Amino acid sequence: MAEPLTGTLAEPLVEHLAEPLTEPLGARTRWAVRSWWLCAGMWMRSTMAYRASFALTLGASLVTHSLDFVVLVLMFRHTDQLGGWTLPELAFLYATATFALGIANLLVGSVDGLGARIVNGTLDTMLIRPAPALSQLCAERFSLRRLGRPIQALAVLVWSLATLDVTWTWDRVLLVPALLVCGCVIFGAIYVGGATVQFWWGEAKEIQNSVTYGGATLLHYPPTIFAKELVAGVVFGVPLAFVNWLPALHILGRPDPLGLPTAFQYASPLAAALCVAVAGLAWRAGLRAYRGTGS
Amino acid sequence: MALIELEDVRRTFTVRARTGRFSREKREVRAVDGLSFTVEAGECVGYIGPNGAGKSTTIKMLTGILVPSGGRLRVAGVDPARERVALARRIGVVFGQRTTLWWDLPLRDSFELARRIYRIPDRRYRENLGRCVELLDLDGLLDTPVRQLSLGQRMRGDLAAALLHDPQVLYLDEPTIGLDVVSKGRVREFLREVNRERGTTVLLTTHDLTDIEQLCGRVMVIDHGRVVYDGGLDGLHEAGESERTLVVDLAESRPAIEVPGARVVKVEGPRQWLAFPARESAAPIVAAVAARYPLVDLSVREPAIEDVIARMYAEVAIG
Ligand SMILES: Nc1ncnc2c1ncn2[C@@H]1O[C@H](COP(=O)(O)OP(=O)(O)O)[C@@H](O)[C@H]1O
Ligand SMILES: [Mg+2]
Repeated sequence: MAEPLTGTLAEPLVEHLAEPLTEPLGARTRWAVRSWWLCAGMWMRSTMAYRASFALTLGASLVTHSLDFVVLVLMFRHTDQLGGWTLPELAFLYATATFALGIANLLVGSVDGLGARIVNGTLDTMLIRPAPALSQLCAERFSLRRLGRPIQALAVLVWSLATLDVTWTWDRVLLVPALLVCGCVIFGAIYVGGATVQFWWGEAKEIQNSVTYGGATLLHYPPTIFAKELVAGVVFGVPLAFVNWLPALHILGRPDPLGLPTAFQYASPLAAALCVAVAGLAWRAGLRAYRGTGS
Repeated sequence: MALIELEDVRRTFTVRARTGRFSREKREVRAVDGLSFTVEAGECVGYIGPNGAGKSTTIKMLTGILVPSGGRLRVAGVDPARERVALARRIGVVFGQRTTLWWDLPLRDSFELARRIYRIPDRRYRENLGRCVELLDLDGLLDTPVRQLSLGQRMRGDLAAALLHDPQVLYLDEPTIGLDVVSKGRVREFLREVNRERGTTVLLTTHDLTDIEQLCGRVMVIDHGRVVYDGGLDGLHEAGESERTLVVDLAESRPAIEVPGARVVKVEGPRQWLAFPARESAAPIVAAVAARYPLVDLSVREPAIEDVIARMYAEVAIG
C-alpha cells in the first residue's frame, strides 16, 4: 500500500489513508447529502453577494407563479365545475403538483446543467473531488429565490384544505403529507433521470423540461378531462399520477376514471422509491458511459 | 515502491463525424496507445508532447475520471477507475484553464470548502493553509472575491486548494499556460518547494520547456499516445540536437553577421536570429557579438517543444 509521506513541514498526518475504500450504502448516501449541503451553502453565499436583488426576485417569482392560479380562478367565473371537480378540489391538485415541482426544482433542478458541463469540460473538475458529482451538480446555483413557487403553492394548499368539503378521516389526513413528500421525490427523480439522457445526447434538456413543467401543468387539472390513454401513460409510463392524481382521488372521494384498484391510491411511496431506483441506475450508467466503461 | 504504474495502458475514443447530410461515420481515435512507465514517490516528472498527443487523457486516467480501454494502471496502489472517489482524497489536480475556485466568493471560502469536502483535520488545515499562503504570497488575497483576481493570482489559489489535503501526487495540466513571467516563476518556485519539502510526487504537462528545466529531473515526451523519450532534459536536447535562438537587435541593418559557435538563421532589418546548440552557454556567443558589432538589445529563446520533437524524429529517421 501507499507509503507514508515524510516532510519537514510537520509529521505526516495522512490518516485518511486508513479509511476503507468502499463504504456502505448508508454512509455513502449521508455523504452525498452532506456534500450537496456544503455546495448548496456555497452557492447560497454566492447569490447573497448580490443581496439587493434577492428580495426583488423572490417577490417577482411569487407574483408570476401566483398568476398561474389566478388563471384557474378566472375559469371558474363562468362555471362551477371542471370535469366534475370544484374550485377547491382543483386548487388542491394545483397546489400539490406545484409544491412538489417547486421543491424538487429547488433541491435538484440544476442537474439539467449537465450537458453544458460535459461540453465545456467542467464536469471533470467535479469528478476530481471526493464528493459525488451528482450532489455537486444538483446544488449548482442553489438559491432560496426559487422558494417563490413552493411558498405560493403552500398558500393555495392551505386555502384549499380549509374550504374543501371532505370528511377528514385519519387515512385522508395522513395521505396529504405523504403525497407532498412522494411528489417531491418523484419530480426530483424525473429531473435526475431526464438530465442523465444528456450523457448520450446533449440537446436533451428541452425534453426533460417539457416532462417536468408540462407534467406539472397536466397535474393541475383533474384526470377526468383527459383521454384515458394519456392518464394510463401518466400512471404506468412516467408515473406522474402518483404525485397527486391517485392519492387525491382517495382524499377527495372521487371515482378513478381508469377503475384501477384502490391500492394504487396508496402506492405513491412505492412509485417514488421505484423512480429513485431507476434514476439512480440511469445516472450510474450515464456516468459510466461518460468515463468510458462499457458501451 | 512505485507510486504510479502504467502497463500497456490504452484509451480509444469513438468519434462520430458527420460525413454527409444524413450519413455519419464512426472513427476510432487512439488517444493513448500502449503507455508503460512508473513514477517513484517524490519524483517530479515533466510530461510533454505536441497538442493532441494524449497528455490530458493520461492525466484523466490517472485521476480516475476516464477509464482505460486496456492495460493496467495503479496510483498509490489502487485502481483509479474503480476507486475514483477514495483516490480523490490522496491526489491533487490542477487543470490550467479550469479553476475550481468559487467565482463570487472570497478565496478563503474555497479553501474552507476543501477543508470540509476533503475532511482535513483542523490543525493540519491551519498549518497547510499557513504554509501555502506564505509560499504563494496569498496573504492579502484571502478576502478578495475570486472574480477580482488576476489569472496568475487565481492559479496560485488553485494550487493552494489542490494541496491543502496533503495529496501524495499532484497532477498539473498546463499550470503555467497564459501566465506572465513573474507568475510563472512563482508557480515554479512553489512546486519545487512542495516537491522538496513534502516529497509530493509531481506530474506536470506543459508547453514551456523552462518549466521542465527548472523543475523536473525527468522528462517524458509522448506523441500519438506513446512514450517517445523518457530521461533527463539534457538527454532530450541531445536526442533532438535542439538549438536555442539568440535574437539580437543591432544598431543598423547589415548582412548576416559572423559569430563562432552560432549561425544566423534569419535576418530582418537590424534584427538577426542566431541558432546555437541548446547545451552550450549563451554567454560566449553574446560576448562575441557584442565585441564585434554595436548591440542594442538581445533575448534568448528556448527551443519550442514541437521543434525538439520534430528533430528527434528526424534523427530517428536518419539514424
Ligand atoms: N472526449 C473525447 N472524445 C473524443 N476524442 C477525444 C476526447 N478527448 C481527447 N480526444 C482526442 O484524443 C487525442 C488526445 O487528446 P488529449 O489527451 O487532450 O491531448 P493533449 O492533452 O496531449 O493535447 C486527441 O486527438 C483528441 O482529439
Ligand atoms: Mg491537454
